[in-house]
Amino acid sequence: MTITQIFSLMITAILIENFIFVKFLGCCPFLGVSKKMDTAIGMSLAVIFVMTLASIVTWIINTYVLVPLQLEYMQTVAFILVIATLVQFVEMVLIKVMPALYQALGIYLPLITTNCAVLGVAILNINKGLNLFGSALYGFSGGVGFMLAILLFASVRERIEFCDYPKCFDGFPIALITAALLSLAFMGFQGLKIW
Amino acid sequence: MNSFIKQLKNGIITENPNLVQLIGMCPTMAVSTSLVNGIGMGIAATAVLICSNAVISLLRSITPNKIRIAVYIVVIAGFVTMVDLLMQAYTPTLSKSLGLFIPLIVVNCIILARAEAYASKNDVLHSAIDGLAMGLGFTFTLCILSTVREILGNGTILGFHILGRAYQPALIMILPTGGFLTLGIVIAVMQKLTSKKGA
Repeated sequence: MTITQIFSLMITAILIENFIFVKFLGCCPFLGVSKKMDTAIGMSLAVIFVMTLASIVTWIINTYVLVPLQLEYMQTVAFILVIATLVQFVEMVLIKVMPALYQALGIYLPLITTNCAVLGVAILNINKGLNLFGSALYGFSGGVGFMLAILLFASVRERIEFCDYPKCFDGFPIALITAALLSLAFMGFQGLKIW
Repeated sequence: MNSFIKQLKNGIITENPNLVQLIGMCPTMAVSTSLVNGIGMGIAATAVLICSNAVISLLRSITPNKIRIAVYIVVIAGFVTMVDLLMQAYTPTLSKSLGLFIPLIVVNCIILARAEAYASKNDVLHSAIDGLAMGLGFTFTLCILSTVREILGNGTILGFHILGRAYQPALIMILPTGGFLTLGIVIAVMQKLTSKKGA
């Protein structure tokens, strides 16, 4: 991969095809943990970490196990199992090796298994026909895009607390309307074309 | 029979998975760009929900507590793969337009939540009915959202023009922004209605 290709893959994953605002992947944790800035940071770091690892591991499984055995139709089952195991494994390693990081990310890790962005990125990597490095990079930049979205959203949401809006919009509805406005801003990036 | 209707009502209205429990948002917003997509996704998810609830309920006495989530995920992923292959074979166009979101039914929180909250504690028949009720609730939400979005964003319903030639489609309703916006407003209306009933 040339530098331009790497750059364009990253910009595409972070801005042009942002996982949350354009692809609708990972909306549940996005809406769930974005009430406070510090939980948003913890969750997004955990997502970046797991998405990068999951991209690498699922790519290896797909290329060296599923394709030679002609079991591509078992992709969904294999990937979700790999991701679930990976998340458990990461949790155990973190407890042993980096207890401080585990303290920070611990409670978010189990939630990530059912984050559709992780399974989504694994399937997208295969559909796009990326190589191992490309997959890892796409997973990483997808995670960074998730982080960007959730941090922007959390900082807006902290301010909404003090705003005056119709009572029936309390809670989720106002968050969704905010997300709509943010995604409108992200649509501006659609015009970016990188070669 | 009475309890059957009660369970159905519970799934569709009182405890609607999207509008009241607020789970399973990603597919709801992503596929509701047209009514056909919405109905297709709803039926696919309902089929998976009924089957997975029934099987998980059958296995509930022999599933070790510690690895139950892993067992649920394998069961669900198995059924999703079946639905995915069936749709590729019989409804290729629909399968193409739903794309990534069919395999992603695996990580739809509604299915795992019903397995954990209901099927692991109740008998097979009731679990299957619960799956049907929750699936219909999901389909119901999808239908509302996709009807609104298709009419405003495209001027059509199920592909038929209903607003006349003079109508300028508001393209934004089909884009992701419209998904967030419509769902937000629908939930707000739902909250307004329920709070009135309570008062």
